[in-house]
Amino acid sequence: MDDVKKLEAFQAKIDAEIKIEPKDWMPDGYRKTLIRQISQHAHSEIVGMLPEGNWITRAPSLKRKMGLLAKVQDEAGHGLYLYSAAETLGTSRDEMFDQLHTGKAKYSSIFNYPTVSWADIGAIGWLVDGAAIMNQVMLTRASYGPYARAMVRICKEESFHQRQGYEIMMVLAKGTPEQKQMAQDSLNRFWWPSLMMFGPSDAESKHSAQSMAWKIKRKSNDELRQAFVDASIAQIEYLGLELPDPELKWNEERGHYDFGAIDWNEFWKVVKGGGVCNKSRIKARKKAWAEGEWVREAAMAHAEKRAERAAKN
Amino acid sequence: MSTKKEWPLWEVFIRSKAGLYHKHAGSLHAADAEMAIENARDVYTRRNEGLSIWVVPSAQVTASDPAEGDMFESAKSKVYRHPTFYDIPDEIGHM
Repeated sequence: MDDVKKLEAFQAKIDAEIKIEPKDWMPDGYRKTLIRQISQHAHSEIVGMLPEGNWITRAPSLKRKMGLLAKVQDEAGHGLYLYSAAETLGTSRDEMFDQLHTGKAKYSSIFNYPTVSWADIGAIGWLVDGAAIMNQVMLTRASYGPYARAMVRICKEESFHQRQGYEIMMVLAKGTPEQKQMAQDSLNRFWWPSLMMFGPSDAESKHSAQSMAWKIKRKSNDELRQAFVDASIAQIEYLGLELPDPELKWNEERGHYDFGAIDWNEFWKVVKGGGVCNKSRIKARKKAWAEGEWVREAAMAHAEKRAERAAKN
Repeated sequence: MSTKKEWPLWEVFIRSKAGLYHKHAGSLHAADAEMAIENARDVYTRRNEGLSIWVVPSAQVTASDPAEGDMFESAKSKVYRHPTFYDIPDEIGHM
């Protein structure tokens, strides 16, 4: 088959909702888009362990410590599912790490914001994982089989993350005035960056149209963002906290909340490395990678030696 | 980029409960089989998803080629291999 016919057959499969699997023919652009998206998703899970790991030793109770530890372990697991899914497309784990460490690959900008108070752990679980879930539920139906399967597993595990975060916020919001203020301050800092997690608006998003045609994604950035805002407002009201957006208003006609303009200058500043924690996040990842090198080598040498010995006997 | 050798890739199969087949769960890197089993437990069974784990070096898997479209053609035309191909009157009951 020539490439035009192959391309037609490929798109026909996508249109018929038949999943694409690793050994199937696929256009280069589809492969490249998936490698970029899945590896960056994996990096986000791994880098995302850093802001939360920051509070494990200082969690206010054993219950909170166990919950947070389990959540951070899950993030490691999610990173691993995703790296494996990306590897089915022909990239290697080392290659992906290298791209993260050299800044060629991005990760979600939300993790470049610092976690300065315990309430931030609540806000991250509730809002950041909540926003991620909106996106990931959609991705369980992605056209690439290994990605969709990884997403199903991830979504099953994520809902505990959001609930533990909201519970932290509930306790603080109903606590002393100082605790409530701590929760409010955290909401103020994480609300807008959470909305930015969905990416640039549809008009500005350079990959969106093609990704939708390939059914890698099925909802636009703006649609997902709106769904997140709509879902969050009642949760904020229940906490008795104030939304840091004076323009938020229910729009009867649209059947959605209207919300204020997002500061895209801040978004691009953080994407391009100007966030509070960009440097320290990459530094921490590189350090972990470098310090683990002798372990990786020693384990491999040990395995090879044992295999040789077994072959001789 | 690191030129060091990566740990090999393993395919992980999990039996979720007694009586069921082991089912492919995903893959992971490990230096040897023992480590692959341990990593598979931590990566794929954090919520009691399994009673038993198999790990197989990915390089040892031989797979059919989806580009060979006629591989499964022969079975498609053999409708007489299915019970519904044969007409049995309703009076007979379940057969």
